[in-house]
Formats: sequence, structure tokens, C-alpha cells
Amino acid sequence: VSKDEIVTGVSPSPVVGEGETSAALDLGDLLRASGRGDQAAFATLYDAISARVFGLAVRVVRDPAQAEEVAQEALLEIWKTASRFDSGRGSPLGWMLTIVHRKAVDRVRSAQASTRRDTTYHQQTQPVEHDSTAEAAHASLEARRVRNALASLTPIQREALELAYFGGYTHTEVATLLDLPVGTAKTRIRDGLIRLRDTMGVDQ
Amino acid sequence: MSDIHALSGAYAVDALDDLERRAFERHLAHCDYCRGEVDSLREASVHFSFLTEVEPPAGLRERVLAEIDIVRPLPPVVEPAVVTDLTTHRSRRHPRRRVAALVAAAAAVAVIGVGTVATQPWQDSSSPVAEAPTTGSDLADAVLAAPDAEEVHHSFDDGGGAVLVRSRQLDRAVIVTNDMPDPPTGKVYELWFKAANGALVPAGVMPTGPDNTVVLSGDATIASGASAVGITVEPAPGKSTVPTSDPLVLPFKQA
Repeated sequence: VSKDEIVTGVSPSPVVGEGETSAALDLGDLLRASGRGDQAAFATLYDAISARVFGLAVRVVRDPAQAEEVAQEALLEIWKTASRFDSGRGSPLGWMLTIVHRKAVDRVRSAQASTRRDTTYHQQTQPVEHDSTAEAAHASLEARRVRNALASLTPIQREALELAYFGGYTHTEVATLLDLPVGTAKTRIRDGLIRLRDTMGVDQ
Repeated sequence: MSDIHALSGAYAVDALDDLERRAFERHLAHCDYCRGEVDSLREASVHFSFLTEVEPPAGLRERVLAEIDIVRPLPPVVEPAVVTDLTTHRSRRHPRRRVAALVAAAAAVAVIGVGTVATQPWQDSSSPVAEAPTTGSDLADAVLAAPDAEEVHHSFDDGGGAVLVRSRQLDRAVIVTNDMPDPPTGKVYELWFKAANGALVPAGVMPTGPDNTVVLSGDATIASGASAVGITVEPAPGKSTVPTSDPLVLPFKQA
């Protein structure tokens, strides 16, 4: 147990959580309203997803100050392009986190040569406070499911996937880091994702 | 499964470099299978966010809400646009530094560079190509999406680069260039096939611009048999039949 343990709190998202759509908070509706310029809807959206947005950014970028910039950029992009979300292609959260991840990866690649690789894996940021023990319990349950799913990958699949997703490395860099023949890391990443998808179910 | 399909997972988690990404996105536009797979794999990656939640600093909410107050949301796009939108955004991120470096290099070496996203067909006197009803763009897409497409990726030290994609079934090759500077004033970049016997055969002139996707012109058997593509700087209006400068040589994928 290592990296995963760093993240202590995980709150249930009103969206991703299974079945428990608290207070009928529908991210898709909030996104659509945001696309029409509804700032109150976007504020609600912010409250629902900001911990996921920032958490992902900080995990990839590491530096909290830079992660904050990335989160801000990504949220602005979400606001601007909300009307382009296509529910036929995935969940609202998936769409938003794709934007966040892309921004975070852009950031680390542009800073490639500089300090990022020196910073430690551990973060000086606050874990999420849960409003209730029920939420916290649900969150840790979900996190456990994800960890279990990850544990079902082969070590190489898991490592390749984590280096790509959290590390922001390209598949060719991953191949080098893991001492794999060039061209095989992409296969490991794909296989790992497929396994994760099939284990977790895509029914969000 | 050809090379390009196998990139779906890496694409879904942003683990492609700019050039591969571009080539793959062109492929995605034609490959429903890959598009569906990418969507589902991205969705799978959302599960990671259970492991990474962190409360943002308090000031962020205020700043974000203040910012959206002065930014108008974009109108919806009728065409499928999410992916394109992200690409555009990203490929514009840091072109300047690389271009500057490449331009400097081009000035020193006299050869290098090439830029690209020309979706227009382009003409070249040396190409008796009979790709009649097919536009350059459609043809490029066909090559990139071909089941036997072989892709090889060349990057330059400063970040610019090119991907060569060849389909032997179609007897065609495409070059996708990225973050390349304009040629020196009054010059053009000319493309060449390096034939099996080592001769350089004219394969067209690059359009200007930093990012291009171009189908190399010329005889089909040469496209299939060539070992590499060369790029040279030639005096405008181009049409040199023999290179007048040392070519930058980009090998095709070795069989």
C-alpha cells in the first residue's frame, strides 16, 4: 500500500455514487444550465465536483499552487464549453474530468524539465471533510472497490496505467520507465483500462 | 488490429504526444469502434477520482465564479466537437518556443522544419496523381484509417516533429507535421520519397503553416517501396526535380 494511502478522504459524488443521487442533483442538468449562462447552476456544479477536480489536478501536477491554476483553467473551460457536452458519449463527470486531466497533463509536460519531478509524491493538502459518517463510509467503500479493481490488474498493467494517468507520462516514456519494449506500454495501458472498466462496470 | 487502433487506451488517458494524438484523432473521426472504446475507457478512468479527492483552497471558488461572470459560454456545436475542441486548445499551448528553436535551427542548417494542418489538397507538377474525386483531406483520412496503416514517429530535439503514416494497400503515404516554422522567406519545403534504389523522387511541396497533414504525391509504387521521406528547402516556387540542399530524412517504419 503506498500511493493510494495518501488519499484519505473520498466523498461520494452526487453523480458517480450508485443510486444515491442526493437531492436530485444531476450534473448533466447543471452542465446544460451552465451552457445557457446560468451562473447559479455552475456554482452548484462547482460545489459538487471541485474536490474531484482539484484532487485530480494536484495528483498529476503535485504542486498545490499550480494545481489550483490548472483547476481554475479547467473549470473555466468547462463553463465555456458546457453546451458541447454530449451525453451520448459519456457521463458529465467523465467529460469534465477529461478536461481537467488534459489540462493537468499539459501543465506537467510544459514544465517537463523543471521542478516537478523533484517534488515528492506526498501532498501538503487537506483531505476532504465529509459531512456525515454515512458519506465517508460510502466513499471509502467506493475507493476500496477501485483499489480492488486495480489490484486485479497485472503489476505491469497497473504501473503503466498509473504512470500514464497520474504521472502524466506518454506511453513511450512509460515504456522507458518500466523498461518495456517500445510499443508495449500502450498495450498495457489499454489492457489495464479495459480491465478496470470491466471490473468496475461502466454504468455510471 | 493495426498500430493505430492500439493507441485508444493511451489516448483515453492523455498518454500520446501531440503528433500521435493528432494522427489518432484523425483516425477517430472515421473509426466508430475506436471512438466507442475511447469513450468507455475514459469513463473507466473516472473511477480514479475516488482515490484523489482533495478539497480545493477556499479562494478558488470565489475566483472561478468571478471569472465566469465575465466570460460568455460558447454556443453548442452541431458537429461532434468535444474532441476537436480539446485538441485545438492543446495544440496551441506552447508552439512558440519550439517554433523559435526550429526556425533558428533551420536558419543554421538550411533544412529542417515543416509545419502543418493543411486540409486542402495541394498541387505539384511532378505528380501525375489520379486521385480524382478524392480530396487531399479525405485521402489523408483514408490513409490514416487504413487497416494496414504503418505509423512511425519522428520527433526533433526541440519538440517539433512529424509522423509518417503509410498504407501499402492504398499505395499512399501521409506526413503529419507539428509545430514547425515557416521556411526561410522566399523558400518552400519540398517533400521527396527516398526510393528503394536511394534516389530522391519529388513528392510535392508542403503548404505553409505550423501544422499540416499532407498526402505525399507521386507514383504509387514509389510510395509503397520508399524507405524514407526527405524534406528539403527549395527556392520558391519550388518544383525542383533534384534536391538543392541536404534533405532531412525521415525513415518509414521498417517492415
